[in-house]
Amino acid sequence: MNPDAPFLLTGNATATPWSEVPELPLQQLADATSEALAEGTRLCAWFGVAEPGESATRVVCIVADDFGNTLGIARSLPARTGYPSLTLRHPQAHLFERELFEQHGLRPEGHPWLKPVRRTGPAGPEMLPFFQVEGGEVHEVAVGPVHAGIIEPGHFRFQCAGEEVLHLEIALGYQHRGIEAATPGGPHPATLCQMETIAGDSTIAHGTAYLMALESLAGIEPPLRAQWLRAIALELERLANHTGDLGALANDVAFLPTSSACGKLRGDFLNLTALLCGNRFGRRLLTPGGCAYDLDDARVARLVAGLRPALAGVETAANWLWEASSVRSRFEGTGTVSRQQALEMGLVGPAARASGLVRDVRFDHPAGWHRFAQLPVAVWPEGDVFARARVRWLEIQRSGAFLLEQLAAPPPLEPGTGSIKAPMPDLQPDCLAVSLVEGWRGETCHVILTDDQARFRRHKIIDPSFHNWSGLALALRGQAISDFPVCNKSFNLSYCGFDL
Amino acid sequence: MNPGFTNHFLLPLLRGVLQIAILLLLAPLLPGIVNRVKAWVAGRRGPPLLQLYYDLGRLWNKGIVLSTAASPGHLVGPAIAWVAILGSAMLLPLGPGDALWSFKGDALLFLYLLALARFCTASAALETGSAFEGMGAAREVSFAVLSESALITAILALAVQTGSLSLTGMLAPVPNPSAGLLAAGLFTVLLAENCRVPFDDPNTHLELTMIHEVMVLDHSGPPLAVILHGAALKLLVFALLLAQAVLPLNHLSLLPATGCLLAAMLVITLLVGFAESLLARFAFRRVPLLLTTAFLFCLFALLTAWKGVS
Repeated sequence: MNPDAPFLLTGNATATPWSEVPELPLQQLADATSEALAEGTRLCAWFGVAEPGESATRVVCIVADDFGNTLGIARSLPARTGYPSLTLRHPQAHLFERELFEQHGLRPEGHPWLKPVRRTGPAGPEMLPFFQVEGGEVHEVAVGPVHAGIIEPGHFRFQCAGEEVLHLEIALGYQHRGIEAATPGGPHPATLCQMETIAGDSTIAHGTAYLMALESLAGIEPPLRAQWLRAIALELERLANHTGDLGALANDVAFLPTSSACGKLRGDFLNLTALLCGNRFGRRLLTPGGCAYDLDDARVARLVAGLRPALAGVETAANWLWEASSVRSRFEGTGTVSRQQALEMGLVGPAARASGLVRDVRFDHPAGWHRFAQLPVAVWPEGDVFARARVRWLEIQRSGAFLLEQLAAPPPLEPGTGSIKAPMPDLQPDCLAVSLVEGWRGETCHVILTDDQARFRRHKIIDPSFHNWSGLALALRGQAISDFPVCNKSFNLSYCGFDL
Repeated sequence: MNPGFTNHFLLPLLRGVLQIAILLLLAPLLPGIVNRVKAWVAGRRGPPLLQLYYDLGRLWNKGIVLSTAASPGHLVGPAIAWVAILGSAMLLPLGPGDALWSFKGDALLFLYLLALARFCTASAALETGSAFEGMGAAREVSFAVLSESALITAILALAVQTGSLSLTGMLAPVPNPSAGLLAAGLFTVLLAENCRVPFDDPNTHLELTMIHEVMVLDHSGPPLAVILHGAALKLLVFALLLAQAVLPLNHLSLLPATGCLLAAMLVITLLVGFAESLLARFAFRRVPLLLTTAFLFCLFALLTAWKGVS
């Protein structure tokens, strides 16, 4: 990243005094961000902070330089009016700008599709006109928000010519719970529980991201053993969900063997997570300053003993999938997102890696235990459903190897205290903390700003799904509409994580 | 009692009632067997063998929810389709038993009754005005063009082979080399016509990928029960057609013939179950390839039969 750019360069899981964040007029911030993005950085966050007592808003911008392993932070002066839209130059900003417009009323001038992103006002996203294609053969298919299966609510509007999809527009927001609105004045006693349920399948990812931001605001670091335990829980979460996804992909093409086996194996991984803390999704394992429970040697042994057969089982089930020509013909060439598209839309996680992007927070912006123990980044070039399935399989293998390696050599307990939890001092006032965690869906970002009383002033949460839903819409262009379910499953994005 | 009355009226009537009862009662067993095979391959316990009977009973006692866009055709469609499928079943001989209803050229009626059933299901689906059901109906009739041509060719092959124009005569083949070709072609048609994997997935909940299931999405209560029973009956019809087109059962006496027919039905159902367990579903653009292959199988069966005659 250009050192002359007006960004404060910092790293993952660090706190910065709010006054040290460079401030510049909103128009200039937009221009500087545009330049930084043009240099190959990536937009992590673009959100507003309401000025106390005024109707003005400061915009905070966080860009990630994945190759320089740094994050750049800048903020605008209080602004009341619009600014030239970033989206025209950098499509990856489009949802961020719509969200900023929805939450703070700052209008990105020239934004091509300025609609609200969530159902926070009387006019929800599904009430507004959808992009329409005209023509005699064109028909519109509306799917959801109530679906035929037990899945989360979301509305999909297809413009089709026969079976071919010309355009897909996705309207979400049905599960908006006001999580960001609940945190100011915090941390409240319920805040950690709320963070764990932003997306229930990413409990550890969101919990860790939140706690890393909180701990950096307090100026402490959890004991090494707690960081080790968090890394183990994160990989178990990845194993369970990736395994479940392989099964779900097989189910969508009616390939029974892998589908049935993976459903059971996902349960095995969830049960291993329950060994850590008593909950299959890892709830209440994390606590400010460390972990709530230590993992004694007997349970390490049980974990290893359970992990080996489960990994072997996934290998068998995944190989059925790769060896069935009927499956490959469904996966290959379906729902392709090119490398260029993935770059422009700012995709993260397995979806980005399946389009050939080497992009992994554990590798690019290591924090916590990942500073000491690394995993190779799993990349596949094609960008189709097959690539996304394949990246999941590669990650299952690597996470499995990582877990076995880590469980073989647990770090010792903290000398002296023997505790797995560091005491939490008071938070620093007027400070901004950023933390990124590579959850199984991708980059999970939490940004917390404290006020002069050291309470939360603004807590911004960006689930990986926020980056990736546009990728799904792109993947569907020119596909058969009957391939939508398998494309959707190959991304497997969170509705509630997006809706907050 | 007058023996003429007994022989010419009462016995045929009893036999007819019995035969229809067997058809109607046996049909829901087939999907049950398929589901048990799938469950067994997947290592699950699976639903009870008689699950479809329970479902039918449950649906029959439920109320009906109607789309405001639907005309009476929405309700009449499934009823006509069911009657048409039953009519086509009555044209088939049951192993040692003759067909209930047989005349020269009844094979044409058989084809038309199946087409009528399809038309009624598709038009009842269009009644709701839902985009999904329109797509499902469009898919159903597009694929039908190919599967019907295969079925017609298979019946032609049988007609040439046996020199008969009635199904009772056609389904009494002598052992011949084209049986294998015919079996492959008709089995593929059976899978396509009954919406089994790899053509359709009867278990999917994804409305965008369904064919048959999406057409019945808006039906409920007794009409849905009629549709489900009709689908099971159709599977039975195709399995009976396949078994009797290939196996020379008419040379056997009553008991072995009945046993052979039942065994053949079981084998066909198991094969459907295994195909469903071990194959992924085809993408729609590849379905025509497979159906054309089925058509070619039947065509070669026809050519073989022809050459054998001359």
